[in-house]
Amino acid sequence: MTRKLISTASVLATLLSFAGPILAQDTTPIKIGVLEDQSGDFALATIGKVHGIQLATKEINDAGGIAGRPIELVVYDTQSDNTRYQEFMRRVLQRDKVDVVFAGFSSASREAYRPIVNQFNGLAFYNNQYEGGVCDANMIVTGAVPEQQFSTLLPYMMEKYGKNVYTIAADYNFGQISAEWVRNIVKENGGTMAGEEFIPLGVSQFSQTIQNIQKAKPDFVVTLLVGTAQSSYYEQAGAANVDLPMASSVNVGQGYEHKRFTPPSLKDMYATVNYIEEVDTPQSKDFVKRFHAMFPDEPYINQEAENSYAAVYLYKEMVEKAKGSTKIDDVRATLADGQLCYDAPEGKMCIDPKSQHTSHTIYLAHVNADHSIDFPKKWDDIKPYWLGDVGCDLTKNDPSAQYTPSSLPPKL
Amino acid sequence: MEFLYSLFSFLYQFGDAFAFLVLSACGLAVIFGMMGVINLAHGEFILCGAYVSTSATHMGVPLPIAIALGSLAAGVAGMIVEVAIIRPLYKRPLDTIVATWGISMIVTQGTLIVLGTTMAGSGTPFSSFTVGDYSYSVYRVVLMAMAVLTLVALWLMFTKTRFGILARATIQVPHVAEALGVNTNLIYSLTFGLGAALAGLAGGLYAPTMTLVPTMGASFMVEAFVTVVVGGADIFLGTAPAAVVLGFIKAGLTSWQGQLAGQIGMLLAVIIVIRILPRGISGKILKERA
Repeated sequence: MTRKLISTASVLATLLSFAGPILAQDTTPIKIGVLEDQSGDFALATIGKVHGIQLATKEINDAGGIAGRPIELVVYDTQSDNTRYQEFMRRVLQRDKVDVVFAGFSSASREAYRPIVNQFNGLAFYNNQYEGGVCDANMIVTGAVPEQQFSTLLPYMMEKYGKNVYTIAADYNFGQISAEWVRNIVKENGGTMAGEEFIPLGVSQFSQTIQNIQKAKPDFVVTLLVGTAQSSYYEQAGAANVDLPMASSVNVGQGYEHKRFTPPSLKDMYATVNYIEEVDTPQSKDFVKRFHAMFPDEPYINQEAENSYAAVYLYKEMVEKAKGSTKIDDVRATLADGQLCYDAPEGKMCIDPKSQHTSHTIYLAHVNADHSIDFPKKWDDIKPYWLGDVGCDLTKNDPSAQYTPSSLPPKL
Repeated sequence: MEFLYSLFSFLYQFGDAFAFLVLSACGLAVIFGMMGVINLAHGEFILCGAYVSTSATHMGVPLPIAIALGSLAAGVAGMIVEVAIIRPLYKRPLDTIVATWGISMIVTQGTLIVLGTTMAGSGTPFSSFTVGDYSYSVYRVVLMAMAVLTLVALWLMFTKTRFGILARATIQVPHVAEALGVNTNLIYSLTFGLGAALAGLAGGLYAPTMTLVPTMGASFMVEAFVTVVVGGADIFLGTAPAAVVLGFIKAGLTSWQGQLAGQIGMLLAVIIVIRILPRGISGKILKERA
């Protein structure tokens, strides 16, 4: 009799223990892996990204989490080193078993880790402006891309200053592909390239480059310089009194060169950014206030910090729309109608289902002689249309490839 | 006239490359050439010079004194490192590579943690001047002059002063020098400190023209090592001629085909020199003289 009672009890207990997780709400944390360069050549521009993610996480957790589940961050310092990205990407996906990864500053690092995300069918957010063209179902890009930054910036510059353009760009995939974009857009608008020079990463001496530019006599210079060593260009060009207007998709918005160098070395620099801390809207001011409340010593809130902050909220929207599921297929399915949006500090951001890139408000930031910023122009709701136009449609198939204007997807 | 403008432009570029090579390499050359220590923390002594001199400028110290302070601070730091870490390793030259590499990483990361990602620059002093189509920075001409001045000062120091003679004696035959009453430990410390101070000088001089970040030392390292490898162990017969050759190659190729070509040309030159002159330019000269 007693034996029977015990066995009944144990059967009941077993049943209950199975029922438990179904009845009670799931409160296990949602894990977000964060791989960003917190040391090395890129640290200056990327520490703010980690802080942006931490701020969003705190706000969301204080307000009850994502679908009632708190966020837990798993943060690794990738040291501006591509092999670290591969190592830590394996670790967060295999050992830490995170639900989503926010990773990467340089395009070289993104291309280093992307195959690993594909291999484990993970989901990664790349919260950085870049040269565009990644058509990969495992990736969501919240940064701005060339059709958002260059097709706004270059026509403006060519109309204002003239049609003869000189490009100096960092010599790796980002700089090379961005320069290709510049070349194409300048040509489409009836301009000419006065010259192009690619600078190896880590180079800090620009005397000769400055002279090459002066020799070519361009109307303005497009600077696509990456990393702290290369930003020495501005100081040296200023000292040699080059005095040409400049245009950029990366500088100012990423490395806040206007705060770091003595005026007027960045005078008449124009950059298209989707956010910088000077953006003068109530949402932006409130964001800056909350950011500084949590990180009082933050030197500057750049556009990638805002992208990273917004990415956490976009992910929250996605998971909640997927009824709390963090499975990649469920989460991606929420993008299908193109209505997955978030009111970010810059304005409204929506994820495009075809390319899984994000629409942005683009601000034209102009650096004055005293290095203050004004915004001569603003473009609302600029869509990342290029990938969709050339035939990338992640709702139908997933090539997991990167396309450029000279390397288009195969015609179906 | 056009030709003269181009000639001046090339001379300026050559001088600029030469100054950068000499100033970044001479500290390394003193420590490697005289003491046989391969100092991978060379960039961090440059960093020290740059940060100290820039902080001093921010506090209102005039630039020349600020640069001297930066150099002095790096020199003192160098002597401390020599006494604490390098001294037990003189007989284990390969271990000094690992030890100095460790110092380099600790200093870079420590600077990042303590002082943050960047320090505001002090701005390049002086204005610019124009020759023909091009405008040039006056300060870079000052840098060229400083490079030549540094070489002259070093030559005078090693040939005309008592410290120079004792240092050379200590390096050549340490036990005989010791038997003759030379405090060889002190000489080692001072020589290492001198090398570090020269690195600090390079940092202080280039600080106004560059981004001040904890990793800035790294951007000097390639040029410094390349110059020392091509030049060989002797500063005057090695570093100076190596800087002339490499500066010529780098300026020529960069003006012709851009920065990438300049870097490739410089590294190719090193490969060729190592193949033909395994002991560098100075090794060749000294061997022929002997």
